[in-house]
Amino acid sequence: MKFRTYGYAGALLALSSLPAETLAATVRVGVVLTYTGGAAQLGQQIDRGMNLYIKQHGSELGEHNIELIKRDSKRPGGDIAKTAVQELITRDQVDLLTGFVFSPNAMASAPLVTRGQVPMVIMNAGTAWIPSLSPYIVRVSFTMWQFGHPMGGYAYDSLDCKSAASGYTDYPPGKDSVAAFKHGFERAGGELVDSIPMGSPREVPDFTPFFQRVKDAKPDCFYVFVPGGNHSTAVVKTFADLGMKQAGIRLIGPGDITQDTKLQSMGEDAVGLVTMHHYSADYETPENKAFVQAWKAEYGADTTPDFMGVAGWDGMAAIFHVIRSQNGKIDADGAIQALRGWKFNSPRGPILIDPDTRDIVQDVHIHKVVKSGDRLAIQVVGTIPQVKDPCKALSLGKCAN
Amino acid sequence: MPSLVGSHTRRQQMQPTQNNQHPSRRHRWHLAEALPWVIAVGAYFVFPDYLAFGTQILITIIFAISLDLILGYAGIVTLGHAAYFGTGAYAAGMLSAHLGWNEPISGLVLAGTAAAVMGWISGLVLLRYRGLALIMLTLATAILLYELANTFEDITGGFDGLLGIHISPLLGKFDNDLWGHNYYWYTLTVLVIVFLAARRVVFSPFGRSLIGIRDNVQRMHAIGTPVYRRLVTIYTISAGLAGIAGGLFAQSNAFVTLDVLGFARSGTILVILILGGTGRLYGAFVGAVVYMVVEDELTKLSPEFWEFGVGLVLVLVVLFARRGLLGFITDMNELMHKARS
Amino acid sequence: MSEFLNVVISIVFDGLAYAMILFIISVGLSVTMGLMGFVNLAHGVFAMAGGYATVAIMSQLGIGFLPALLCAGVAIGVASLVLEQTLYAPLYKAGELDQLLLSIGLVFMASGAFTYFFGPDPISVQIPDYLHGQIDLGVRSFPTYRVFMIAVGIAMALGLWISLERTLIGARIRAAVDNRPMAEAVGINVNRLFKLTFALGSGIAAIGGGLAIDILGLTPNFAIQYLVLFLIVVAVGGLGTIRGTFVAALALGIIDNAGKYLWPEGGAFFIYAVAIAILLWRPSGLFGRTD
Repeated sequence: MKFRTYGYAGALLALSSLPAETLAATVRVGVVLTYTGGAAQLGQQIDRGMNLYIKQHGSELGEHNIELIKRDSKRPGGDIAKTAVQELITRDQVDLLTGFVFSPNAMASAPLVTRGQVPMVIMNAGTAWIPSLSPYIVRVSFTMWQFGHPMGGYAYDSLDCKSAASGYTDYPPGKDSVAAFKHGFERAGGELVDSIPMGSPREVPDFTPFFQRVKDAKPDCFYVFVPGGNHSTAVVKTFADLGMKQAGIRLIGPGDITQDTKLQSMGEDAVGLVTMHHYSADYETPENKAFVQAWKAEYGADTTPDFMGVAGWDGMAAIFHVIRSQNGKIDADGAIQALRGWKFNSPRGPILIDPDTRDIVQDVHIHKVVKSGDRLAIQVVGTIPQVKDPCKALSLGKCAN
Repeated sequence: MPSLVGSHTRRQQMQPTQNNQHPSRRHRWHLAEALPWVIAVGAYFVFPDYLAFGTQILITIIFAISLDLILGYAGIVTLGHAAYFGTGAYAAGMLSAHLGWNEPISGLVLAGTAAAVMGWISGLVLLRYRGLALIMLTLATAILLYELANTFEDITGGFDGLLGIHISPLLGKFDNDLWGHNYYWYTLTVLVIVFLAARRVVFSPFGRSLIGIRDNVQRMHAIGTPVYRRLVTIYTISAGLAGIAGGLFAQSNAFVTLDVLGFARSGTILVILILGGTGRLYGAFVGAVVYMVVEDELTKLSPEFWEFGVGLVLVLVVLFARRGLLGFITDMNELMHKARS
Repeated sequence: MSEFLNVVISIVFDGLAYAMILFIISVGLSVTMGLMGFVNLAHGVFAMAGGYATVAIMSQLGIGFLPALLCAGVAIGVASLVLEQTLYAPLYKAGELDQLLLSIGLVFMASGAFTYFFGPDPISVQIPDYLHGQIDLGVRSFPTYRVFMIAVGIAMALGLWISLERTLIGARIRAAVDNRPMAEAVGINVNRLFKLTFALGSGIAAIGGGLAIDILGLTPNFAIQYLVLFLIVVAVGGLGTIRGTFVAALALGIIDNAGKYLWPEGGAFFIYAVAIAILLWRPSGLFGRTD
């Protein structure tokens, strides 16, 4: 998208035929995403998901219009996002804020959102306690705990992992994910023998020394967290290159390592991988089939949505819900009230915004990579319904207060 | 300036042409020097909606001035100046978050002091080196600090950032409001003080001896200047000013992440200063304003592909205006003088 | 095989493969910086362009990985000449700071342009089946692709070394690096020599970029992400020396690997600490001339 704003004008047609007494409003939404740099692909997925929803459902706004004002948050440093949010609030006078790929960008902006009284719909940023930083934050994405924690129990009970090692990209989501796995795994009775930080999220490291260390330690399972994006293909390749599968080690992790957009490039080596996640483009539900079909029609047959894209879609659905329920005049407290307990049939399945924590509640699925024809596919082998963030639910660590 | 890499290819580097006036006249104020301040004050009234962004520009100018002192005047090329910006930012941030020291002005002084100490200690080692080795050593030092801050995330907040910074109102009255009115004035005041200090340093005999070191270090050794000591002194001052910029950054954002120590920040400030012009103090003003406004506008125009535009601007500036934008203006002036005479 | 020996072999072998990537991409930078004193921060762009060219050539022309790699190397080498002629050459006499600004500008432009044409998503490459899986080298089995990488790296180092030490052109390049005014005085056309080495260095970096995709991945951010690493290899090795770059790449690659294997909590700490130590000890690099 080359243009600064993306006004949806389709509803204008309807406007001309409507009686004049209904007041048409243009709702301005500030979008803060990482459009450049290493995480640009994530920004693009969310952006596409958002725009697809507007395109498909724009007419449901009736006489109202939605205008997106996009800003690039560039790095995960917080400052650029915060300046962008400040300008969006004071100068562009946006009614809502959305986007936010990196957690620190959302966290730095939280005080402004409180002071400026602008509701903020988070489409990624998964650090568990973010919604507690401002009463105007609602999150439609996930928390790391939602996958790592159930994976720990599942690995011990169903995958026959008695001992495990973990490897993670050395930043908060990675630490969160491994802490969640450790808690779930040890509670079930397993033993985590090694926990290895594997470099920064900025660049893909050569994973070999880390994986070799795990191979030599010979655990039953190897739980890996890497951020969505470039890392996952290298993880699967290195795992295969080192012959770890043959050495009797099973690779598991959150669904970030079997991200839909990366799956096909992993090749045969990925077959048999077990991950836990809330979305895959291969889900067989009617909502998802329609979503994926529309996506491919819009962005090309060789593209696919992944969990970022669906977050963009769901986030925009939440914003539409706010606009409709407030009839175009957005008031922050009312908007948050409308989103508490909001239910939606997402392509990922039924989702709910927890009325207490303003965080997402969703089904979490056990994914298995299988060969289907000449492509790789995700097969759902189990589902844990309506998972709340275990970090807050169990009052663990930083979620305790 | 000694060549960064090949020691023999160009021993004589082209330098920003200093004014050819008598030394005693150089430090007098020119009328044109009022211009940046008029603009800075005028911007407050003309762009009341851009003050948070304006504050960031002012902070960047302070940071660029600190770099100019060592790069432009002493010929120390560094790709790790964020080390001191970051030290100042973390000092100001942690004072508030951990010790409850929320008074901004004393916090800023402490931030500058912490960075100066860091600059002095690292300078004692680094400044024994020149050229490419010095660039790589400064770069590696900043990266080590980054890794250190990441390792001790219990104290620094790590990648996700340091929460809990609550800065008290300035002088007990002026809060950091949503529009950034008060912090614009606060930062501008600090900039004036920093600038006056830097100007004073540059035009002192000490500053003149730095230029001598930059232009011909052998000669300065020969006439008995304590070169190494001079370099450590200016490096310490520069680090302190960078720390003040960092402290302002932490206070105005009420947030600090690892990013303050990142390579991108070191690289960007170098680009900004070269773009504006080194060794003239005002290059920091021109570079910061042009770079940040161009980047901001291009980002709004195209969030995805703005990098191409910024790169193009840099390339064009190099091709058509050597030694930065101010160098270009100087050249044009000289051309016009020649044409007239 | 004893546990200890196994660990040592792992560390050295994996470090070698990583070191070869570092060497192949950095060697051109070392020679051009040594020869022309040009601070070319945009060197990684050639590696990145080589990676994208490899993938594009494979899909457009339908040829295999290895021939595509060669084509990409030649194409980028030639293309770099155009850049050299139009942008770099006017700046040889300018200050280093201007050169820094120009090359950083080019990195930015490349980042934006590659995002526009290839999208921000990481690109992967289909490597041939015979490079997949594991190969048994007697002692134990190793990942085939990495064995191949090591072979290519050593062959390239040998080839470069022989052509620099045993050919006339090589002798001229060495003369120009050692003492440029003298080389010019005896009639060596240093500028033409430089164009040749510039194109060669860029072409080799392009091949390195193609080879690295399978290990590091490839995005439009590649040139920025790994810039620091290449610079460190060049500085530690010493400017303008192939032997120095090779030894530096080996040392940093293997030490980095050992650090990650034995003490992963240390993060990137190791490679930078070692680089600092070497530069404090030998500011001109391991094989750089001290003057």
